[in-house]
Amino acid sequence: MFSQAVINMIGKGILETLYMTLLSSLLAYILGLPLGILLVVTDKDGIAPFVILNRILGVIVNIFRSVPFIILLVALMSFTRAIIGTSLGPNALVVPLVIGSAPYIARLVESSLKEVDQGIIEAAQSMGASPLQIVFKVLIPEAMPSLIMGSAIAIITILGYSAMGGFVGAGGLGTIAINYGYYRNQSDIMLLTIAILVLIVQGLQEIGTRLMKLSDRRL
Amino acid sequence: MFSQKPMIEMIGLGKTFVSKNSHVKALENINLSIYEGEIFGIIGLSGAGKSTLVRCINYLERPTEGKVIFNGINLSKIKNSELLKIRQSMGMIFQQFNLLMQRTALENICFPLEIAGVNKKEARKRAYELLEVVGLTDKAKAYPAQLSGGQKQRIAIARALATKPKVLLCDEATSALDPATTKSILNLLREINRSLGITIIVITHEMSVIEEICNRVAIIDKSRIAEIGDVEEVFIKPKSTIAKQLVFSGAQHVESFVGEDKCRIIFDGRTSFEPVIANMVMECRAAVNILYADTKDIDGKAFGQMVIQLPKDEPSKRRILAYLEANKIPHEEVI
Repeated sequence: MFSQAVINMIGKGILETLYMTLLSSLLAYILGLPLGILLVVTDKDGIAPFVILNRILGVIVNIFRSVPFIILLVALMSFTRAIIGTSLGPNALVVPLVIGSAPYIARLVESSLKEVDQGIIEAAQSMGASPLQIVFKVLIPEAMPSLIMGSAIAIITILGYSAMGGFVGAGGLGTIAINYGYYRNQSDIMLLTIAILVLIVQGLQEIGTRLMKLSDRRL
Repeated sequence: MFSQKPMIEMIGLGKTFVSKNSHVKALENINLSIYEGEIFGIIGLSGAGKSTLVRCINYLERPTEGKVIFNGINLSKIKNSELLKIRQSMGMIFQQFNLLMQRTALENICFPLEIAGVNKKEARKRAYELLEVVGLTDKAKAYPAQLSGGQKQRIAIARALATKPKVLLCDEATSALDPATTKSILNLLREINRSLGITIIVITHEMSVIEEICNRVAIIDKSRIAEIGDVEEVFIKPKSTIAKQLVFSGAQHVESFVGEDKCRIIFDGRTSFEPVIANMVMECRAAVNILYADTKDIDGKAFGQMVIQLPKDEPSKRRILAYLEANKIPHEEVI
């Protein structure tokens, strides 16, 4: 049905998409996880209130979150070129993906950590736990199921963002779908890429849900 | 039974919560000494400030006035890092247990030891010892979600004792438990107090909890201490309105019982095998009408109170009062 060339192309597209998505997710978590923790910890009712810092971080996060990704992508092109050397290809797309999704991840992490029962935090404080101990021994472990669920959402969102990279020649399934489906009107190839994306999303969500259940001790 | 050495002293303690458009005085001029080895009760209606008070003891709430002296150390004068160390010598348990849901019972008990920097092997050894103290060795590997309320509180008690604290703060620790479980938890607390000599502070809104285990009690009303005294003393002769209200609990409206010449008789632990009322009736040859009774048998001793209506004729009435007097049965006439 599809020529070997198309199959090879799709295969490469899948690998590129997964590469971009997973690498960006990892890097975005390296930025977003501490940012989310800071948002919770420095809150006026947090374990180490620092209201001014909390406000500033909140504003920065909101600014990045209010720019639609496709626009952020274009706006960051020269910045990307400056650090990667090119604005084309999967590596180049990682830069805006990380910058665009880290604030989103920070909010996801924030909401997960805020689900932790205040009473448990108070119990830890009554034992003389420091804020750092509370973060690593209470907040993160207690919020683990929710954090895992959040990461499935984040990775799937980043996957969606990566497809937008198709418009700026980032590679991956997004580029194939746009080049063949949109510019050349080859809807069969576009449908194929959509089907593959759906499968990847299903797979990621399934893995996320299973890991969440495995990590949840609340039965 | 306990020494006269104060373990915790609160001097002129006050706490005001400030928000944008209101100042709420949660505590005002609290002066309280809690002695080493005693079980001290703090009782009050909800909103009276008792939870804030207990949180001021370990500085989970920083008092806005006055000071707390723990074991000779003024807590308002020390650095934050020292405060964290001090908290390791004050255990605390809660109404909602507040166990870590993602850790097993054993790991929960290890938690304060991890915080204190005890190595893992030693922590586990200590945790097993404590599981034995609270009688739950078979639940070491269970997660809190698999335990009943009473079991959770036992684990919480074991956890609170892990760092060998000098004081155990109990914030409404039995309020979420049924009466039978409450009793077993109170027994456990009494046992811990006896065997480890640990000072226990019990916060509750239930007079029955105070009666059951406390040596002394402070009654908090509207952010202030209304009354302090030995439990028996407060129970037999409550002075403040709030104390009367709490002691009467079920019979808050004794005053409104119909009829005159009412008398409240207090059962303060005399043997429950003695038929007090029947003997009185037979000896005085006068009938009394029981308007209200709330008594219970604790280890063969009678506790509680009764409101009786005295006979109309003066001689019988005097005979009954004389009988009560002669037999040293605490009582008071209610007008």
